[in-house]
Amino acid sequence: MALNELTAHELKTLLDRGEVSAHEATTAVLERIEATDDTLNAFISVDAEGALSQAAAADRRRAAGEDPGMLGGVPVALKDLLCVAGGHTTCGSRMLENYIAPYDATVVSRLRQAGAVIIGKTNLDEFAMGSSTESSYYGVTRNPHDNSRVAGGSSGGSAAAVAADQTILAIGSDTGGSVRQPAAYCGVVGLKPTYGRVSRYGLTAYASSLDQIGPLTKDVQDAAWTLEAIAGHDRFDSTSIQAQVPAYSQSFNRGIKGMRIGLAREHLPPELDDRIAAVTRQAALSLEHCGAELVDLELPVAGRGEYCLSSFYLIAMGESSANLARYDGVKYGHRAHGATDLQSMYQNTRNQGFGDEVKRRIILGTYVLSAGYYDAYYLKAQQVRTLIRRDFEQAFARCDALLAPVTPGPAFRIGEKTDDPLQMYLTDIYTVAVNLAGIPAISVPCGLSAEGLPISVQLLGPPLQEEKLLQLGHALECSARPC
Amino acid sequence: MYETVIGMEVHVELQTRSKMFCGCSADHFQVAANRHICPVCTSHPGSLPVMNGRAVELAAMTGIALHCQVNPHSVFARKNYVYPDLPKGYQVSQYELPLCSDGWVEITVEGQTKRIGVVRVHLEEDTGKLIHSGGSSLIDYNRAGVPLMEIVSDSSIRSAEEAYQYLLKIRQIVRYLSASTGDMEKGAMRCEANISVREAGAAAYGTKVEVKNLNSFRAVRNAVDYETRRQIALIETGGTVRQVTVGWDEPSGTTREQRSKESSEDYRYFPEPDLLAINLDEKWIQARQAELPELPEPLTARLEAEYGLRRQDVALLTEDREIAAFFEAVVQHPGTDPRQAANWITGELFRRLKQDNTDIGATKVTPAALADLIALVAGGSINQNVARDVLGILWAEGGSASAVVESRGLAQISDTGELDSVVAEVIATHEEVVERIRQGNPKPLQFLMGQVMQATRGKANPQTVTELLKRQLGLE
Repeated sequence: MALNELTAHELKTLLDRGEVSAHEATTAVLERIEATDDTLNAFISVDAEGALSQAAAADRRRAAGEDPGMLGGVPVALKDLLCVAGGHTTCGSRMLENYIAPYDATVVSRLRQAGAVIIGKTNLDEFAMGSSTESSYYGVTRNPHDNSRVAGGSSGGSAAAVAADQTILAIGSDTGGSVRQPAAYCGVVGLKPTYGRVSRYGLTAYASSLDQIGPLTKDVQDAAWTLEAIAGHDRFDSTSIQAQVPAYSQSFNRGIKGMRIGLAREHLPPELDDRIAAVTRQAALSLEHCGAELVDLELPVAGRGEYCLSSFYLIAMGESSANLARYDGVKYGHRAHGATDLQSMYQNTRNQGFGDEVKRRIILGTYVLSAGYYDAYYLKAQQVRTLIRRDFEQAFARCDALLAPVTPGPAFRIGEKTDDPLQMYLTDIYTVAVNLAGIPAISVPCGLSAEGLPISVQLLGPPLQEEKLLQLGHALECSARPC
Repeated sequence: MYETVIGMEVHVELQTRSKMFCGCSADHFQVAANRHICPVCTSHPGSLPVMNGRAVELAAMTGIALHCQVNPHSVFARKNYVYPDLPKGYQVSQYELPLCSDGWVEITVEGQTKRIGVVRVHLEEDTGKLIHSGGSSLIDYNRAGVPLMEIVSDSSIRSAEEAYQYLLKIRQIVRYLSASTGDMEKGAMRCEANISVREAGAAAYGTKVEVKNLNSFRAVRNAVDYETRRQIALIETGGTVRQVTVGWDEPSGTTREQRSKESSEDYRYFPEPDLLAINLDEKWIQARQAELPELPEPLTARLEAEYGLRRQDVALLTEDREIAAFFEAVVQHPGTDPRQAANWITGELFRRLKQDNTDIGATKVTPAALADLIALVAGGSINQNVARDVLGILWAEGGSASAVVESRGLAQISDTGELDSVVAEVIATHEEVVERIRQGNPKPLQFLMGQVMQATRGKANPQTVTELLKRQLGLE
């Protein structure tokens, strides 16, 4: 097996035994990127030189007998929404094409502390606004399983890079499914932690109350390792939670005997794609087989797409309209030439710097926050959000985790939904409720469609119960392939 | 008859070490441009605000001093508008749930005490500064993110004088709390006024005009007077006041329209998702209460009662907490007459403070020295005029009053034997004057006194001299 195809824990074992070096592993992923990325377009930038020097540092630490860190020498790719000091951070936008971040995101510092080797920045929908990575200024990312299909979004580059073995690990961010959905389309594991579990400091904001950073990995164990490395309170993020970080790397395989798994009626409607329904039911049976107990229940609000999607998009767009106001050509990033006054500088800069989807969301977001509409839209959406949270609370009083589809279908074809934003938004129907409630969820590959496209299920848990989700995810993984 | 109705919004820059939402120094006065900035206060992608706890404490203490309720639950909100001095494109402020609300403050105008309601005290962040030069605009973000406290009054202010007194009161309180320097000329305190007029006694309010750019106490007075006259004149000539925002133009002494209500901004406020709500428990609020220094009103009452001072003297002493403390340090010296102490401080000391444009903390005159000086006068060692000179020496050089008197031989001559001969000589050399006195005109007695003083370099005890003069002239 080539080094780039290994999981982080497999690679770590070889590194710790001195059988391979971080330099070799890094070289392997860089070569893989070189060979495949012209087609896949998973990366916006690759820092080969920086990666090799970090790898050399990891090798030196090991040679000197120092603790190389839990991810010592393991290559990681970062969604290009995360700031890395001195490096390009484009956010998939023309607006930040030449922007160099002056600081490291907290997640990046923590990955560095854990010894990870940062190899490059992955493609995404512009400012994470999209479900297919088609809105990126830097071109679409192709699905490694079928190059005519999308990798999903907005963390499409991270998902494709992991699936194509261009990296060992990747970091993404999930505002309404942006880790779980591309992970599902590309057949990798995607974890969206509890809101506040991982610091958002240095993650370019799309919708501040919904954004959360999470790992995309080749298996559940790697997700546990990565979460352990990046989670925890950060004084630079007031919304990060002050709670101990469990040793996920030790507990992910503890078994699930006696756990109760909820299946919401609303998550398996009659009109659901047969392939998705079949995989979800099969996953339920597998969990039952591993000792879990299945519980049928209802999610009258949180399970209903019409409530979840509308409140999600109202809140996300409202917040994003404010979050993106800073890109005005004044301080950094793109500035239009030839402006005659302040107003035209703003207009031309933003007109040139932003793509259509970003403009659409800023305009809608501005509208829903406007005087006279705020109560009917933004405030109403927040009320629905409260009901969604309550729905989950009631559900989790009866079960340890919920099992649900991630997407309404497998990866769709490039261009298939770009002309119809609403069709695109509908692909988020099963994922957004989790962000609205701030709860954790993990997307785990569970099968392939007849045409060979990956299909995943997701497990949803109460706040800070990532441990259980990892255990359940690991159990699903084991039933899908012998371990 | 018309009456003016005024509501005031006062912005006060808080004296914290760091900015409202990041660790940068909050010092921006005469600092080289863009030295106190970071990714947070210049709004780089991914940066997040972290609340300055001290700013919350200072604002809460101000609220308590203004008799407000400190709300156990308050939230920050984003106020959206676009301008280059506002890095994020929104200002983090408070909207629906402010930190403090429903207070009042007392002002005194023409001897009448009046309560002005304080609707709210909330926290927000300052903007940067634009510098326009040679056709281009430069931006200094040192001030961006500096903590600002906004104090909003109700509309019970009725005149320029009341507005002025209200502002003075606010400044006095924030200075007592060391919450702010309150210096308007340095922009640490800024003010806007909503001004309308109506027929005296009318129930409904007139249309209000929002006046911005009031950067000095004088501007507040002049702008209120100007707007009142303008609005009355408009109504008298059959016009109507339009709801507009105007800017005070100091050089011309007029207001200029900035925008009308129709074009007023929609700030699209919504709760700031990057910050947690401020939840304060009773214990925290009590701790702020305990942290308050003695405030102007109780201090005034105490000084009046404890030292038997006149109200107008106490008012002068309590204007500044440091002055009042200085006074109390003086009178704690046994035997010091509080009224004398008050006179010296509000008279001679104030004159010199003003003359040298300095404050009490920076003078060389110590409370002990002033107490000593007062004791020397009371004991007859020096007279009032000499004492004034001694204070001048203390002001310039410091030291103790007794030492100054001693080393310069300024002690008063009260010895009748010593003065007898001086008086005799003065009488002998001014026969003409003496004659007029003997004819029953007592006025030239003062002249003779002056001559004696001159001869003794001012050290003669005036009382002794008068007695001797009268005795030797046979006037008794």
